Amino acid sequence: MIEFSSQNIMQWSRMGMRKAYGVILNELANDYDNIISIAADVADSANLYDFAAQHSERHYNAGISEQNMVAMAAGLAKEGANVFVTSFAPFVSLRVYEVIRTLVCYMNLNVKMVALSSGFSLGVQGATHYALEDIAIMRAIPNLLVLSPADTTEMAKAMEFLARYDGSAYLRLTGLPGSAAVYKADYKYDVNCFDVIREGEDVGIFATGTLVNESVRAARLLTKHGISTGVVNLSTLNPVKPEEIANECSKYSLVLTTEEHNIVGGIGSIISEALSATSKHPRLIRMGTVDSNQIAGNYAYMMEKNGLTAKAIAEKVIQEFNE
Amino acid sequence: MKMTKECIQELAWKIRDDVLDMTYHAGVEGGHIGGAFSAAEILATLYGSELNVDSKKPIDSARDRFILSKGHISIAHYAVLKECGFLNQEDLDSFENNGSLFSTHEVESLKHGIEVTSGSLGYGLSIGIGVALSARKKNQSYRTFVLLGDGECNEGSVWEAAMAAAKYKLDNLIAIVDKNSQQLDGFTTEVMPICDIQQVFKGFGWSTIVINGHDIEAIQKAVRGKADGKPTVIIAETVKSKGLPTIEGKTGWHHARITEEQYMKFKQALEGTR
Repeated sequence: MIEFSSQNIMQWSRMGMRKAYGVILNELANDYDNIISIAADVADSANLYDFAAQHSERHYNAGISEQNMVAMAAGLAKEGANVFVTSFAPFVSLRVYEVIRTLVCYMNLNVKMVALSSGFSLGVQGATHYALEDIAIMRAIPNLLVLSPADTTEMAKAMEFLARYDGSAYLRLTGLPGSAAVYKADYKYDVNCFDVIREGEDVGIFATGTLVNESVRAARLLTKHGISTGVVNLSTLNPVKPEEIANECSKYSLVLTTEEHNIVGGIGSIISEALSATSKHPRLIRMGTVDSNQIAGNYAYMMEKNGLTAKAIAEKVIQEFNE
Repeated sequence: MKMTKECIQELAWKIRDDVLDMTYHAGVEGGHIGGAFSAAEILATLYGSELNVDSKKPIDSARDRFILSKGHISIAHYAVLKECGFLNQEDLDSFENNGSLFSTHEVESLKHGIEVTSGSLGYGLSIGIGVALSARKKNQSYRTFVLLGDGECNEGSVWEAAMAAAKYKLDNLIAIVDKNSQQLDGFTTEVMPICDIQQVFKGFGWSTIVINGHDIEAIQKAVRGKADGKPTVIIAETVKSKGLPTIEGKTGWHHARITEEQYMKFKQALEGTR
């Protein structure tokens, strides 16, 4: 049983999603016998050593061979296991996309792809290690649940859900050790709907991953400027409910999306697709990376450079709202 | 099923006959004749005497798992599954029809004896590893068989799997390479030579054996062998389009459409080999 104590929440936050992943999976493995972990030479990065020691018969190191890892997981899942496979985000998404589509999702197998350090999380390691396209490609696959938690608490709740969920999923982890906590222990996680974190009257911001916290901070800054801003955490990215999204957007005259992802195909596209089916809807501004190659820098630098900070979001809202 | 050698021979003949019918009836869509014919004895022997599978109990957890990694010869797999009671003639007649489950590349359907969706080459061995690991974990004695093509071995993922199977010492995993020495664009030696495929597998730590892939007894013997602590690969040397003397070993028959005239001639030629 995962204990959602404030002490644990603080500890997970300190670790960040990537390191907390191993701790939480280890806990879940105590309760769910069918959980198997496979990592592609990232047991250290994903903090899976305790899992490997305590559940040695349920942990495999597939080496640096992501295609084999995911296809192997399909074989194990076919025989009844719930397999959590992991590597850094680009390698467990872009590199193995076809394996996920054809072997895992077309056969509707119980495999969870866990994408470590997505978005800009790997900072100075550079463009090869960024994942700014994974939401776009993953949400295009039928049968694939795509989850992008806002903080480690939501990640733990999502993993608790995935331990019970019999199907294919992609879990996108973002942020760094110490990234802010958004939720407290009493958070009622519901995979089927978005979470309205903050109500507003003028502007609505839909955010995912670490941008949820930045967007909440932006909303607070905007209060001083007399702009009442709501924030919605969209953490289930596939499937989504377009009508409910459009309905939520209709409360506002301006809607923004914020994400650590290309504005093409990510949550900006999700909201845009939902709104485009309605005859009357608010203006939508999409914030994220624009279609260009990234030159590396540390996490804070990359977020700032791409306008993904509370300050930049607030400035954008002021500029667009007063237009 | 424990068929005699003669019955297995007859089964291989029926596979070829069914494949010919299906290809002809598929019209312009055609069928993968070449590789289906090269693998006929392999499939007939596995289903005739080696695999512990039963069409009356298709999801029996104790069954052997057969994974067709070279998914483009599903046409031959459908044929052998029909002859063994998993499919019926109606299923074969629906081959490549709109909305039919039985398309050019096969789709997982346990009740029909089809373990996995295949057709994207290079993944069967990895899935087989997962299935074989599961057997070991659950202390089950079934064996996992994976049929690959030699052209398929161009795929890098095959060698990722080759490494992993040896690492996990999967002696309950048997790979069979239908080495007909051709692929879509021509001879493997020209398209992408892999030198000595047996040596490559040996280098990865596998137990290897080279046989004549049309020799039923040789297939039986190879399949029954077991190397403790090592996965086994059987390099089955075969002839593409084997059974149709006028096109045996010739390129251009990897996937083909056949005219009525060709169909009649091929049927006649096949009848002569019965």
